Amino acid sequence: MDELLLARWQFGITSTYHFLFVPLTLGLSLLVAMMETVYVRTGNELYKKMAKFWGKLFLINFALGVVTGLVQEFEFGMNWSEYSRFMGDIFGAPLALEALTAFYLESTFIGIWIFGWNRLSKGLHAAAIWIVALASNLSAFWILVANSFMQAPVGYVLRNGRAEMNDFSALLTNPYVWNQFPHTVLAGLVTGGVFVMSVSAYHLLRRSQVEFFRPSFKIGLICTLAASLLVAGTGHKQAQYLAEVQPMKLAAIEALWETADPAPFTFFAAIDSAKQENSGEISIPGGLSLLVHNSLTGEVKGIKNLQQESEKQFGSGSYVPDVPSVFWSFRVMVAAGGWLLAVTALCAYYWRRGTLEDKPLLLKAAVATLAVPYIANSTGWYVAEAGRQPWIVFGLQRVEQAVSPTVSATSIWMTLIGFTIVYGVLAVIGLYLMGKFAKQGPAAPAETTESVEGKGVELWT
Amino acid sequence: MDLSVIWFVLVAVLFIGFFFLEGFDYGVGVLLPYLGRNDDERRLIIGSIGPVWDGNEVWMITAGGALFAAFPHVYATLFSGFYLALFLMLVALIIRGVGLDFRSKQPGPVWRSTWDWLIFAGSLVPALLWGVAVTNLIKGVPIDAKMNYVGTFFDLLNPYTLAGGAAFLLVFVYHGAAYLTLKLEDDLAQRARRAALVIGCFTAVACLVLVGLTYVNTDLFASVGAGISLWAAVGAFLLSYLAMRAGRTGWAFVGSGLAIVLTTATFFWGLFPRLMVSSLNPAWSLTVANASSSPLTLKVMTVAAGLLVPVVLLYQAWSYWIFRKRVTLRDLEY
Ligand code: HDD
Ligand code: HEM
Ligand code: HEM
Repeated sequence: MDELLLARWQFGITSTYHFLFVPLTLGLSLLVAMMETVYVRTGNELYKKMAKFWGKLFLINFALGVVTGLVQEFEFGMNWSEYSRFMGDIFGAPLALEALTAFYLESTFIGIWIFGWNRLSKGLHAAAIWIVALASNLSAFWILVANSFMQAPVGYVLRNGRAEMNDFSALLTNPYVWNQFPHTVLAGLVTGGVFVMSVSAYHLLRRSQVEFFRPSFKIGLICTLAASLLVAGTGHKQAQYLAEVQPMKLAAIEALWETADPAPFTFFAAIDSAKQENSGEISIPGGLSLLVHNSLTGEVKGIKNLQQESEKQFGSGSYVPDVPSVFWSFRVMVAAGGWLLAVTALCAYYWRRGTLEDKPLLLKAAVATLAVPYIANSTGWYVAEAGRQPWIVFGLQRVEQAVSPTVSATSIWMTLIGFTIVYGVLAVIGLYLMGKFAKQGPAAPAETTESVEGKGVELWT
Repeated sequence: MDLSVIWFVLVAVLFIGFFFLEGFDYGVGVLLPYLGRNDDERRLIIGSIGPVWDGNEVWMITAGGALFAAFPHVYATLFSGFYLALFLMLVALIIRGVGLDFRSKQPGPVWRSTWDWLIFAGSLVPALLWGVAVTNLIKGVPIDAKMNYVGTFFDLLNPYTLAGGAAFLLVFVYHGAAYLTLKLEDDLAQRARRAALVIGCFTAVACLVLVGLTYVNTDLFASVGAGISLWAAVGAFLLSYLAMRAGRTGWAFVGSGLAIVLTTATFFWGLFPRLMVSSLNPAWSLTVANASSSPLTLKVMTVAAGLLVPVVLLYQAWSYWIFRKRVTLRDLEY
């Protein structure tokens, strides 16, 4: 049991850490590609400067995304060997396809992009960053195909003691992934947009390099505004879909113990998991029914009933995830979405009136918003993953059946501590570098060292 | 032919591509602090692999993914079994990858030389560990009837596998030096060549020791083909060394590459039809028959790999073509 808990912590920490960098890669790569395209189309040097400046920040993030992804690739074998045996027939295929279709492209063309400014024609060079951007988002698709199988298995038969694939196209058309993928890609765009917007706001606040950061801010703002609307929309659709495929997760998200019709939407509640009841609820009657059924009435199943149904289907045991943490994580994500919409709407309003730069408070809020998508991304994954418990593969394998039987707690402790320290140090260095370059802005003098100086080498021209 | 056999070959091909390409990256990383005497030189050395190292590393990721897809039991047994060794390798690769990218993003001799040594260690450790891992596969490790590895980290280390580690490391360093003779100019290229000549002597000895110990410790030579291939690898290395001495560094690089390709092929050849040998009971070894995925998965993956691997080779070759010139101070981005 100890090993299980440690393995879960390890997976949780390393994948959350990986997913700190992933969304920015997904979104910012697209923004940089668009900036460079505008440069190629119009020949306006400002956009080249943008592609270079934001591209440089992008690369620091990308490097961290790559090295943390490396750990993810092997972690299923390390800590979840029984899961790998049981699931490999299905799970390995998208993972290998992710490498074949996406990682090769991403990594080869990022090298071409970084080093190719003077070696390729403008158009080809811009094509390189487009390939990186599309490949990154394609890689997200493949890994989410794998994750969606764990959330809602399709296209398999149980044979030879494992889940074997019997319909590959069912994996690709799994409705779960077509909910999850748009939501995740849009979350990436939100992250990229907010990043550009916040860093630009930082400079607008100080009135530094405004000719550069004004247009940048606008790009970030538009992207964030549009993507935040869409991420909320797709999230809503995803929650409705959960009512069909994982009603227990939905009930946990809403801390709905008893089946209800009409079901209320709860903002706040003190949850007592042991007694299976809430107190001090603040809720809108019929709100949840409305969200799920698009009507003020309609039944939403409660945890207690779902537990009974699960016991009938799968045998005795608890099928209830940790309700309070899932409940609150979801609320944090949704509040984050609300915050993003509010801030971007206000910014857009004053931007159009041309008075945004006289509103330091709002600009400061825009700077602070940088943290918001990161919080939403992490809590979102927490909802998706912790809400699936106790299953690792929904309805097929439980977490405790999945853990590596021969890896000792000592070994996991060592790697858990090791990864945490390495990741912690990397976070400090990465943040420091990003902060440094973000604050400098594009006008910063090219960096030189003593020995380079004399020869006039420029790092980023 | 059975699809699982095709996948055995494909996995071998992925490892061959990985060792050939990432081999010189590791070598360059190990040589970095020794060959580069000032900051410019070190940046040139890093610049020689700058545009390509990430693409090369994906060969390893793909090999891992392919094992997962085609031989899930091997993926499970290998990585849960070689747990701490894999952890060390991952930490090394993390530090190395970040180091290559971050090193020149900040001035200051302390910052840069710290990263240089981290890149050195981050390249040395995986090179060594891959040698240890591959030799362990063929020598056999304690795998029980349920396909689980029941040994410890230290069971992986013994004279044979350490010799394997040393030989892989040295071959990679030599390969890296040969690569640098082609990618750098003038004095630095000469220095790389001289380094290759010194390292080559040790490499030759290590390879012969490895061949001898392989003969004693494994059943590899039971396969005549594998035996011939191993001796061919040694021959390729010797030819490479002679070419290096004669200043024909292009041929020297081809030779060291060929030696790596043949050595890797040898080990897979010797393993076949097994992927991991059980030292407890031959019947508990993981083989193409008992460790593979279902026919449908293999079919899907065969189609995908058949279409995609050639395309990958094409555009990776194109990227080498773009950066075919020797690196000069003008090209530095890291
Ligand atoms: C929704 C998106 C997403 C998710 C859920 C994951 N990843 Fe990831 N991954 C990416 C999206 C991504 C990316 C955007 O493609 C990255 C991030 C930054 C980057 O450089 O590429 C990446 C990098 C990356 C790399 C390095 C690729 C390279 O060298 O270029 C590997 C091996 C993995 N990931 C593997 C995984 C595994 C095994 C995951 C399962 C837990 C995982 N990732 C979750
Ligand atoms: C990158 C975004 C992701 C984040 C932030 C994330 C987060 C988490 C967290 C917090 C846990 C621990 C849950 C718990 O034990 O209560 C977990 C478990 C797990 N997740 Fe994810 N996850 C991500 C993506 C994925 C993907 C894409 C997959 C598979 C394709 C996956 C597979 C797993 C597995 C195998 C476990 C361990 C078993 C379990 O506890 O259920 N995760 N993840
Ligand atoms: C504003 C309203 C939002 C709603 C109604 C919503 C809804 C949801 C739901 C129901 C899930 C769980 C899906 C599952 O378990 O499979 C989820 C997951 C997630 N959310 Fe949101 N979300 C919202 C906003 C956001 C925002 C603003 C972000 C980030 C910028 C975000 C990022 C994520 C991520 C990364 C996941 C995990 C991946 C996934 O399962 O799709 N969400 N969201």
